[in-house]
Amino acid sequence: MSETDWPLFEVFIRSRSGLEHKHVGSIHAADARMAIEHARDVYTRRQEGVSLWVVRSADIVASDPGEAEALFEPARDKVYRHPTFYAIPEEVKNL
Amino acid sequence: MYTQALDTHGKEPVPPVAGEADSHAARFQARIDEEEKIEPKDWMPEAYRQTLIRQISQHAHSEIVGMLPEGNWITRAPTLKRKAVLIAKVQDEGGHGMYLYSAAETLGISRAEMLEQLLSGAAKYSSIFNYPTLTWADIGAIGWLVDGAAIMNQIPICRCSYGPYARAMVRICKEESFHQRQGFEIMLTLTQGTHAQRAMAQDALNRWWWPSLMMFGPSDADSKHTAQSMRWKIKRFSNDELRQKFIDITVPQAHFLGLTIPDDELHWDEDAQHYRVGPIDWSEFHAVLKGSGPCNRERLEARRRAHEAGRWVREAALAHAARHAGGSLPASPSGEST
Amino acid sequence: MSATLAMPGAPDMTPEEARCVYVLRLADTSLVLGQRLAEWIGHAPALEEDLGLANLSLDLIGQARLFLTYAGELEGRGRDEDALAFLRDAPEFLNLALAEQPNGDFGHTIVRQWLIDAWQLEVYAALEHSADTRLAAIAAKAVRETRYHYRFSSGWLVRLGDGTPESHGRVQRALDELWRFTPELFTPDEIDERMSRAGLAPSLAELEPRWSARIDEALRAATLVRPVTRPYPWHGKRGIHTEHLGHLLGEMQHLQRTYPGARW
Repeated sequence: MSETDWPLFEVFIRSRSGLEHKHVGSIHAADARMAIEHARDVYTRRQEGVSLWVVRSADIVASDPGEAEALFEPARDKVYRHPTFYAIPEEVKNL
Repeated sequence: MYTQALDTHGKEPVPPVAGEADSHAARFQARIDEEEKIEPKDWMPEAYRQTLIRQISQHAHSEIVGMLPEGNWITRAPTLKRKAVLIAKVQDEGGHGMYLYSAAETLGISRAEMLEQLLSGAAKYSSIFNYPTLTWADIGAIGWLVDGAAIMNQIPICRCSYGPYARAMVRICKEESFHQRQGFEIMLTLTQGTHAQRAMAQDALNRWWWPSLMMFGPSDADSKHTAQSMRWKIKRFSNDELRQKFIDITVPQAHFLGLTIPDDELHWDEDAQHYRVGPIDWSEFHAVLKGSGPCNRERLEARRRAHEAGRWVREAALAHAARHAGGSLPASPSGEST
Repeated sequence: MSATLAMPGAPDMTPEEARCVYVLRLADTSLVLGQRLAEWIGHAPALEEDLGLANLSLDLIGQARLFLTYAGELEGRGRDEDALAFLRDAPEFLNLALAEQPNGDFGHTIVRQWLIDAWQLEVYAALEHSADTRLAAIAAKAVRETRYHYRFSSGWLVRLGDGTPESHGRVQRALDELWRFTPELFTPDEIDERMSRAGLAPSLAELEPRWSARIDEALRAATLVRPVTRPYPWHGKRGIHTEHLGHLLGEMQHLQRTYPGARW
C-alpha cells in the first residue's frame, strides 16, 4: 500500500482585516489551488477568516530550538530598546 | 473526540538511554512541571514522542471512523434541517481528525503511515464506533452521550503539555459543544413526541449507555501507563474521575427526558454525593477492542474500500500537478453578472 | 411514449402556479443533487474531499430549503419545506434528470457536478435580475456558492481528465454517459417561456452559448472530447424521471412516511 502522499501545506488565516495571518494547522493537497480549497473547507467553516495563505511545509525555514539561546537571549539585556527604559519628567508632553 | 486510555499496544514505553539523556530528561521534566508547552522541534524523550504519536493518531482515527455510524443516517434524516445539521456535525468530525493528524505529523510520522496503521488494523480507535446506528434515535443518543463523554475527556487535554495537540484540542472543543446540544435536542423532541418515538429514544439509551461509560477506559488500577502520562501532562485526570463526572451530569439529564437508565443498581450515594452505577462488563469492552464488536469489520472495510477506490483519483491529482507545476487549471469564474 | 405526461394543463396555469412550478424545479434540482453528494460523506478519495463534498451538499440543501419554502408560499396550501421534500412522490418532483443520476465513481460524480454547476452559474446569475425580488435574493446568495462549486468541480475535471490514462478514461466515459441529459438544461417549455416573458427568469436560449463556451474551455484543459448531442425529451423538470429517483426518495423519505404526523 505504498503510494505517494499529497504534499503537506501549512495554513495561515487572517481572521479580520487589520490583523496578521496566523498559523492554524496543516492540510494535504496535490497542488496549490487544491490547497486553498482544502484549507478553506477545513479551517474556515465558521467564518474564521477573510484571507488564506498556504505554504508547502517543505518551504518553511524554522529557527533551530538548539540555537534559541544564541538567537534570542542577546536581546534580553538590551532593555534600552523598550520605551520604559527612559525616564522622562511628567511635565513633558507628547514623548 | 474520543481519547480512551488506549496508550498501549500492550508494549512497554521505550526506556531512555542512560547518561546524557538524563540531563535532557531532567530539564524536559522541569519545563513540564512549570506548565511550559513543548513544541515540535524541542528535545523530548523518545517515549514521550511515541506515546503522543500513538495517542494523537488513535484520537484522529476515532474521529474519522466516527463519521461512519452517524453518516449512516444522513440520507435518511427526517427533516431538511436535521439533515443539514448532521452533515455539518459529521463534517466537523472529519475536520477534527484532520487537525489531529496535523498535530501528529509534527512529531515525525506521516498521514500516509497513520492511515496505513488504521487500515491494516494495527492501530486502535475508540471502541464506541464499533456499535451500529439502528434508528434515528441513535443519532440523538450519540450526540448526547458519546459527544458528552468525549467533551469530558477532551477539555483537560486542551492543557496538555504538547503545544500542537493542545491547540488542536482547543479548536475541537469550541466546535464540539454544538454536537452535544444537537443530540440532546433530538432526544428531547423524541421524548415529547409519539409513543413510537418515545420507545425509540428509550431503546437507543438502552443500547448506548454502557458503551458510553466504557469510553473512559478501564479503571486506572488496571491501566499501566496512567502514571507516566500524568507526569508528562498528556493525561490530566484519571479515567475513573472523568467517568464519575460524566455519570453525575448525565443521570439528571436522562431524568429530565423521562428516560430510564438501563441499570438496576443505579442509585444516589448521599454521603459521597455521587451516582453509583452497577458493574461494567469489561469483557465486552476488550472483545470490541480486539475486533469482535458488532461493526468492527464493517467500519474498517468501509474505510479500506474508500481508500482503494480513491487511489486512482489521488494518483491522477499528483500526475496532473507534476505536469503543470506552473498551474494550468481554468480560472475561477469572475464575479461579473451577465 | 409521450414526453408530456406529467405537465398537464401548463398553458392553463395561473401566473402563481407557473411561478411555483418554476421555483420547485430549482428547489428539486438542488435537493436531489445535495442528497447525492451527501452519499459520499465518509467514503471520499481523501479526507479533505469528504469535507469538500459535504460543503457542496450543505450549500445545495440550503438552496433547496429557501426555494422550497418560497414554492410552498406560492402554492398557498400550507406545505412547508419538509412537506414538499418528504411527502411528494417521484412524478411530482421537478429536478433535472441529470441531478438524480447515481454517483458512480468520483469521476462520474465530478462530471455530473460540473455540468450542473456550469448551468446553475448561468441561471442564478441571470436570476439576480429577476423581477421577483425573493427569487433574486435567493439567487444572489446561491450564485456565490456556485462560483466555488464550479471552481471545485472544474478543477477536478481538469486534474482527472489530464491526469493518468486511467483517470482520463474514467471521466471520458462518465461524460459520454451523462451527456444525453444535457439537452434538458437549455430546452425551454411553456413554463420557462412564460417566466421569461414576464421578466422573472432568463431566456434559456440566451444562456446556452455562454454555458457551452465555458464547457468547451474546461474540456480543452481536461483534454476531453465533447460528446455529440442527441435529443432526449424525457425531462425531469416535467416530472418524467429515470428509475433512480424512486430509490433516492424511498431512502430519503422513509422516516416521515413510516411515522406519519410525527415531529422530528
